[in-house]
Amino acid sequence: MERKFLKRGMNFNIILVGESGMGKTTLVNTIFAGHLVDSQGRRTVQGPQRKTTEIVPTTQVIEENNVTLRLTVVDTPGFGDQTNNEGCWVPVIKYIKDQHAAYLERELKPQRERSINDTRVHACLYFLNPGSKGLRPIDIEVLKRLTEVVNVIPVLAKADSTTVEERAAFKKRIKEELAMQRIQAYPYPSEEDDEEDIALNNKIKELSPFAVVGSENVFNENGAPVRGRRHAWGIINVDNPEHCDFVHLRNFMLRTHLYDLIEVTAQRHYESFRTQQLRQIKEMRAAQAQNATQMAQQQQQIQPGATLFKQQA
Amino acid sequence: MLVGVSGLGRRTFVNTLCEREVIPPPVAEDPEMAHMVEPMKFNKYETQMIEDGTNIFLTTVDTPGYGDGIDNYSCFTQLQEYIESQFDEVLLEESRIRRNSKYKDNRVHVLLYFLTPTGHGLRELDIEAIKRLGHFVNIILLIGRADTFTTDEIALFKLQVMKDVMTYELPIYNFGWDDESDPETLEENQEIQAIVPFSIVGCDEVVDGDYGSIRVRRYPWGTVEIDNDDMSDFGLLRYILLNSHISDFIDYTNNVLYEEYRTQKLNENKDDESEEEKEEDDEE
Repeated sequence: MERKFLKRGMNFNIILVGESGMGKTTLVNTIFAGHLVDSQGRRTVQGPQRKTTEIVPTTQVIEENNVTLRLTVVDTPGFGDQTNNEGCWVPVIKYIKDQHAAYLERELKPQRERSINDTRVHACLYFLNPGSKGLRPIDIEVLKRLTEVVNVIPVLAKADSTTVEERAAFKKRIKEELAMQRIQAYPYPSEEDDEEDIALNNKIKELSPFAVVGSENVFNENGAPVRGRRHAWGIINVDNPEHCDFVHLRNFMLRTHLYDLIEVTAQRHYESFRTQQLRQIKEMRAAQAQNATQMAQQQQQIQPGATLFKQQA
Repeated sequence: MLVGVSGLGRRTFVNTLCEREVIPPPVAEDPEMAHMVEPMKFNKYETQMIEDGTNIFLTTVDTPGYGDGIDNYSCFTQLQEYIESQFDEVLLEESRIRRNSKYKDNRVHVLLYFLTPTGHGLRELDIEAIKRLGHFVNIILLIGRADTFTTDEIALFKLQVMKDVMTYELPIYNFGWDDESDPETLEENQEIQAIVPFSIVGCDEVVDGDYGSIRVRRYPWGTVEIDNDDMSDFGLLRYILLNSHISDFIDYTNNVLYEEYRTQKLNENKDDESEEEKEEDDEE
């Protein structure tokens, strides 16, 4: 079964949410070890100052772990960049829901395709601000809504300026606030989990949010090539777990939990969307049926009168 | 005055500048309150220091809450009102018949604006703020948490920022404003202007170095020395603020910015008065 899966390849769709300059594009290019996407940020004066959140998907086929992945990365330039960011999350939520809707439509067709092209978003990397002491009001607003429709993985990118102690304090604080606000990030506990799964998930929860550094540059350190960032005071090695959590994030997303991310999207988020939609359709039909009956009843009341009239004439 | 979104190191900067804890660490709020938007505050801190033989009474106004909400439009208005009200107080005091010899001048001489190290130039919030405030106060641009950037990235970011400043004609403090100064000073000022925005890294930790105690931030991959000019512009900015240019900032505020404000205000009053007179004439 797995071999067919591997041969056919599968869709893996992720969405990046965070203000510009948080390191979204670089992180994605680092995770997939290649220049997959271009930064949508304003790199020159002539670059666009976006007034709303835009949705920019890029699709590529890549080989990961002997699996063919049709990878779609959805960037959201403009998110959180304005002075007034009220509602900046609306286009993002709409995009995610639209993918569920498209899948549902194809699923409901009497004649279905052999395999539906899955554009549903499997993971959302939410980029937190490295300076903040914890969640900001906008983070809470957006995370509440995002966690209802997609698997959310909070990430702290550009971790160059956080010391080890500061990171630990930040992670602790974020977890407290998420719990307080009843926001559930991925991974979710499941009854099907065995001991190994539980241990793995706990380890991930411990690390969350992942404090990472991204880089497409390679340096020579003691004769070995190192992916990193060269500062005047030292080189940060992206792949060194003592420098940042990048290796853990990458393993988590692309090795241990890749299938799970796809499955949970289908079983949890899609199903809840589907239930809501079908319920709405049912209610609409019931309301329409009621209207029809009422109209028919009204017609019947008029009719006897008309016959009487005719008789008199 | 310190302006910048939270997390850019305003508090640490002042404490590092004065070499003591001027602004205490913020009280950790309840995690329950994270979703509450905190209104912007104006917190005043006073400290005294001796710099190169001169006694400086430093008043720092911190503005926590700036840009931290979802809708940040009111932040500019509040800042502008605060700065203008200091001017208004002086205007009032000047026009008194009996003036207070002990009057304390609260005009803001420098506004240190902390930029977020995004790598994408100025943000809409920054552009709007500087546009509005630059005519009332000397604005100096700083890059907070500059240890996020590599050396190349800092150079690129500085270029992006200054290009934005030119394109949007942003009124930041121009170090070369005094054409009457001697050529040596002029050249020095031009060099300083080329360093703007100043890349800042601040810190609380002191360790023993080769030549005595040094202030550092320690990472697994290396140690940032705050006072090392190759690693941060902090030392240079400190010298400019408290030593070489301190009188320039005060001069420019009092003799140029305030005077422009005063002229504008008095003209407005005159227009109002002459309109009132005209109305009275018409009525007659």
